[in-house]
Amino acid sequence: MTSANNTQVAPPAGRSRKRLRMQTKRVLWAWGFLALPIIFYSWIRFYPTLDAFWLSFTDWDLLSEPNFIGLDNYRHLFNDPQFWQVFKNTFTYLLVGTPLSLFFAFIIAYFLDRVRFMQGFIRALYFLPFLTTASAMAWVWRWFYQPVPIGIINGFLSDFGIAQQPFIRSVDQALPSVLATAIWAGIGFQIVIFMAGLRAIPQTYYEAARIDGLGEMAILRKITLPLLKPTTVFLVVFSSIGFLRIFDQVYNITTNDPGGPLNSTKPLVLMIYQSAFSSYQMGYAAAQTVVLFTILLVVSLMQLWVMRER
Amino acid sequence: MSTTISEGLMQAKAHPGRIITWAVLLIGGLIMITPILFMFGTSFKDASQVYDMRLFPEYPTLDNYIQVLSDGRFLRWFGNSLGIATTVTLSNVFFDSLVGYTLAKFDFRGRYLIFLAILSTLMIPTEMLVIPWYLMASKLGWIDTYWGVMFPGMMTAFGTFLMKQFFETVPNDFLEAARIDGLNEFQIWWKIALPLVTPALSALAIFTFLGNWTAFFWPLIVTTSQEFYTLPVGLTSFAIEQSIQWEKIMTGAALATIPTLLVFLVLQRFIVRGIMLAGLKG
Repeated sequence: MTSANNTQVAPPAGRSRKRLRMQTKRVLWAWGFLALPIIFYSWIRFYPTLDAFWLSFTDWDLLSEPNFIGLDNYRHLFNDPQFWQVFKNTFTYLLVGTPLSLFFAFIIAYFLDRVRFMQGFIRALYFLPFLTTASAMAWVWRWFYQPVPIGIINGFLSDFGIAQQPFIRSVDQALPSVLATAIWAGIGFQIVIFMAGLRAIPQTYYEAARIDGLGEMAILRKITLPLLKPTTVFLVVFSSIGFLRIFDQVYNITTNDPGGPLNSTKPLVLMIYQSAFSSYQMGYAAAQTVVLFTILLVVSLMQLWVMRER
Repeated sequence: MSTTISEGLMQAKAHPGRIITWAVLLIGGLIMITPILFMFGTSFKDASQVYDMRLFPEYPTLDNYIQVLSDGRFLRWFGNSLGIATTVTLSNVFFDSLVGYTLAKFDFRGRYLIFLAILSTLMIPTEMLVIPWYLMASKLGWIDTYWGVMFPGMMTAFGTFLMKQFFETVPNDFLEAARIDGLNEFQIWWKIALPLVTPALSALAIFTFLGNWTAFFWPLIVTTSQEFYTLPVGLTSFAIEQSIQWEKIMTGAALATIPTLLVFLVLQRFIVRGIMLAGLKG
């Protein structure tokens, strides 16, 4: 054995040296492929992130040089009544929008999954709004919400003798009206994802459950919902992030008084936009973006935590 | 025997229920597209018919389209959006898949660190970066340029992650065989690996294109002159200017929506499958 090994020592050594050279070559290729992306991510993602944190501690106003002012921006922000109104609005979008849209998305997906006749067509109807441009459809909805004789919804209500609604002109109804357009635009995506999740559950599970004599509700509770948990968690996080970052719809529906009436629809991103690009309080706006970042981070970490539980 | 009978009975009993479910789903779907239908319907109405609540007008007219398109701004914005979305999509398809491939199929020190670094950028919302980007763009003269609109999205962590997931399913034997055939690493990626992940590539392309076609926040910030507006930003400024001429606004909105609807009608299966694919892997 040993002698046989000895005679063969020379060729493998040569081959391994060649392999080593090839390995080095491949590593060089890899870094070559990554060179431009590394520059991109450092320059367009990491540096601006650090810059945003730094700016949040300055009084930068775009005109003069930024001065370090410590936590003043944050102190100012937490004492700003507008911020707390905006904070409340943002979480209303999140806490009403996410459960409501996921509830309806699941129900529609659950029943649509069993439909055989024209399933693709019906799914397309629900999905179509997802492909529209938010800023364009916001104007359609804005038109719908007008009083008679312009607004479709009020026209419809008056046909049935129901009282006129102010919708986007009222402090109470404006936010739900804006939220409805956002739910409308996003629900098709959730339905498609839920249907994909439902289809991924093996049929044998259902057959076994039926043989065991489980009813529809029991199957839904004991098989469908638990197996759909990863899909649901993904959608909860995805749509939560969407609602926390809502901007296009609000901005377009309320252009004459962005975030109005009386700030009742203003989300955090719109406040950031106005602080930065209407009042040029860049440092103050940067502090708000850090708050938004923190909220999104908490939501993402909660997702990781929920998934770990599994 | 008894189970088959009861099953048959259950199905027969469920039948009317199924028809009702089907009808409710269909009506719900039709309600979902009502805003889109009204938008198109009104774009064919003249000013005197706007308050007529009928979906489609008695005397449809193309006047709105002629007027809205006549000053050429919409065509310009349309071209801007098309060029920007196409360029960004090509860049993402190229770079995200190249990086995803490198992270999936090469073995080198620091690979995991780079993967984590790129992935961590998913945690950073665009809104946090716009202020530094704006500063960067104004220092470098990128305000009111196409590059200014495009540069933040040229590569994305989402695309990289998606492509890495798919490249991991490509068997190493294929790549090794190509290596023995004397292809260099770039050729192996371009000619062997890339064609094997086309479903993922098309999903990425669709997502990126759609995202950039409808993007509003950053283009609104980085463009100040109408020449460089994208379609959504242009539409907003147009709609504000039209004030209460809803038929004109609806025509503008319809013009912004038509391209995505056409693409959807042609690529429906593809788009839905792509979204399912990315949603399940993501």
